[in-house]
Amino acid sequence: MSEYIIKNGNVFDPVQGIKGDKKDIAIKDGKIADKVSSSAKVIDAKGMTVMAGAVEIHAHIAGPKVNLGRIYRPEDKLFSCTPTKGMERMGGGASIPTTFKTGYEYAKMGYTTAMEAAMPPLFARHTHEEIRDTPIIDEGAFPVFGNNWFVLEYLKNHEVENTAAYIAWLLRVTKGYAVKVVNPGGTEAWAWGLNCLSVNDPVPYFDITPAEIVKGLIEANEYLGLPHSMHIHPNNLGNPGCYETTLDTLKLAEGMKAKNKFGRESVMHLTHTQFHSYGGTNWGDFESKAKEVTDYVNKNKNITIDTGNVTLDETTTMTADGPFEHHLTGLNHLKWANCDVELETCAGVVPYIYSPSISVCAIQWAIGLEIPLMMKDPMRCFITTDHPNAGPFTRYPRVIKWLMSKKARDTQINAFKHKDKVLSQTSIGSLDHEVTLYELAQMTRAGPAKSLGLANLCGGLKPGMDADVAVYNFNPDTPVADPENIEKAFSRCAHVFKSGVEVVKNGEIVGTGHKRTLWVNVKVNDNPQVMRDINEKFLKYYSITQANYEALGHHFVPNPYALEVDATHV
Amino acid sequence: METVTITMKNPPALYLEADNVTPDNFAGKTAAKIAELSVHEGNTTSTLGKYFEISGNAGATAADTKIIVKGDVKKVKYLGMKMSAGEMVIEGSTDQYVGAWMTGGKLLAKGNVEAFAATAMKGGELIIEGNAGNYLGAAYRGDWRGMSGGKILVKGNAGSDIGMYMTGGEMVINGNVDVHLMTHAEGGKTIVKGNAPSKVGGQMVDGTIFIFGSIDTMMPGFKPNGEVELEVEGVKATFAHYIGDMGERHKKKKGAVVYANLYKKI
Repeated sequence: MSEYIIKNGNVFDPVQGIKGDKKDIAIKDGKIADKVSSSAKVIDAKGMTVMAGAVEIHAHIAGPKVNLGRIYRPEDKLFSCTPTKGMERMGGGASIPTTFKTGYEYAKMGYTTAMEAAMPPLFARHTHEEIRDTPIIDEGAFPVFGNNWFVLEYLKNHEVENTAAYIAWLLRVTKGYAVKVVNPGGTEAWAWGLNCLSVNDPVPYFDITPAEIVKGLIEANEYLGLPHSMHIHPNNLGNPGCYETTLDTLKLAEGMKAKNKFGRESVMHLTHTQFHSYGGTNWGDFESKAKEVTDYVNKNKNITIDTGNVTLDETTTMTADGPFEHHLTGLNHLKWANCDVELETCAGVVPYIYSPSISVCAIQWAIGLEIPLMMKDPMRCFITTDHPNAGPFTRYPRVIKWLMSKKARDTQINAFKHKDKVLSQTSIGSLDHEVTLYELAQMTRAGPAKSLGLANLCGGLKPGMDADVAVYNFNPDTPVADPENIEKAFSRCAHVFKSGVEVVKNGEIVGTGHKRTLWVNVKVNDNPQVMRDINEKFLKYYSITQANYEALGHHFVPNPYALEVDATHV
Repeated sequence: METVTITMKNPPALYLEADNVTPDNFAGKTAAKIAELSVHEGNTTSTLGKYFEISGNAGATAADTKIIVKGDVKKVKYLGMKMSAGEMVIEGSTDQYVGAWMTGGKLLAKGNVEAFAATAMKGGELIIEGNAGNYLGAAYRGDWRGMSGGKILVKGNAGSDIGMYMTGGEMVINGNVDVHLMTHAEGGKTIVKGNAPSKVGGQMVDGTIFIFGSIDTMMPGFKPNGEVELEVEGVKATFAHYIGDMGERHKKKKGAVVYANLYKKI
């Protein structure tokens, strides 16, 4: 494999505590190296910013609901198609890009690892086919567990060991990465025409509460010692006053400690926190409760969060929170699609326009920025747009601009039609902090990698780690004259290396690398009861047989990378 | 105003996508430069000059530019797409998407036009002297935002699904229309001087339809609301008034529910 040396760049690497020092980064055999031979290809990064490849912790980029969005929104591809160019295959789509465009766009912005945030287990095969067709970036997928009949039945009796055995089995057959929970109990309740809007609302028939599901899944997660923590989209998303449900959910993790060999310290990851930090009683007195939520997270070190920044675009919302999407189509009257997934989950899709002239959208924008600006530890707060729910991931450079420049935030605030309302209902106007490049590297690299249990693999530039490197045409030594330059620099990298292969040069794709599928292989002791339950459910309820369930072999996972976990000792 | 005349001399074997033929894209260019603008035939990109003979230079701006399209352009799509100002005259019949997404200016098609003319039109004026195809002034596939502004006049007949998801603007059809008129519309006005067979105003939330001729089958969601004397397009007459579509959600304005209006000349 080729050797490279990236010379004289301003390096930002939280893993080694490097804060902009001018250093050379050596790449050899796909890994970051101490030194390379004199024949190494030299990349001149003088006056540029060098970071590890960024890590996406939560995006909807593969699977049936993403594809449903593509199918039922041909207008999303209108005027957004890119023809074949050099190594790039054609792509299209703005909020729900094609698989190829997804891979290229992430890579061009310096992202080298991404997690699909909600895989319905029954459609794991479809999800993996899309992951396979998304070039360059390493990807993993989180199967959803929060409304799964096995989980509901086991946890009703607090059978943590059985839940853990089932999780281990499901991660193996679906090639999944982590335990994802979406509106615990609420999505199943919706099949009965109901929802769970608080952590204590009972789930019909199953006689269990969201609180019991969440606590039980954290316990099972730590029983197994999985790389990532339980990853939750709590109940009551997106409603005025929902922050109370969010705090109730966060409190469920109190006293719980992470047990794993991957260096992860958190037991709960709260995703798209923006959607869960709303106060008020209706859309008229809607206000930010970012302070209340971040105050709690700041104090409780066993929680990590991501932001879910609203980017003020037309986008496509999609979530396994079926009842929420039905509620949303009632609000905006735009087309709605829904899919029930048998014993496991369901999903809905609705287009949405975050208009700067609507006060609620502008307040949502502000809340998304308040959260990272109020979080004291950037190693526990990661930047996302909950792609495509709050905005497309291709807007990360714009979010970075808003975070790094108060001037850019003020320009946007002044452009809002209901500026006064934004300032009275949030505290965005009084937040002066400008995120530094080091903090940005924590929020987009080292932090998410650590939370995902990938700290030894990616998110840093320590020798021995994967050579995922992004070089931005951004000089940290010169003051930023125009915030637009931040957005421009982070939109298109000067160079990107994925596992030591140069994949982007001057913003263009020059290689497709050796894309991997990350999954977690857990060894557990034999559990005949769980195996019998699985057989029975397939015979009795599933519309397919077990033989057609597993995402197996080269067709679905051509280049797997398994994180091995041994839970047989417990 | 400067005039550029483009004459088809080498008709394409496949359909030609000529979305660059607009006053906006011609503005500030000489005939030679205009000839270099790109067009697509199938998956091949080539130049406008390969198919058309171009004479005359464009004005400095779109508003100062008039384009006359001559020759057989029956296999040319997207003429006048996204035009914002200036004038265009298409002397013969042409294919789909004429004046689609146009925001201003004046476009005159002397022959027939195929489907999707004036898709999501926002402003300007489109006159079709022949017949219009299906989906005139409608929304793009999947979209919920049809024609929102501007004026369309069709001197002949129009096809089906016209004004689908219309939200504003005005269409006048001198002849007949086919099924599905102003389906899902949330505003705008369509005047049909001839007949409309059926599915008139299905799932319509707001907006107005006038039918001078006959309607074979009324939608069950429209409710009779008396008769009114009106002057429409210079014609004074009595119209039967219907409101609907009763099966749909409707906005409220000052406490009163706003329905779509359908007027049929008696």
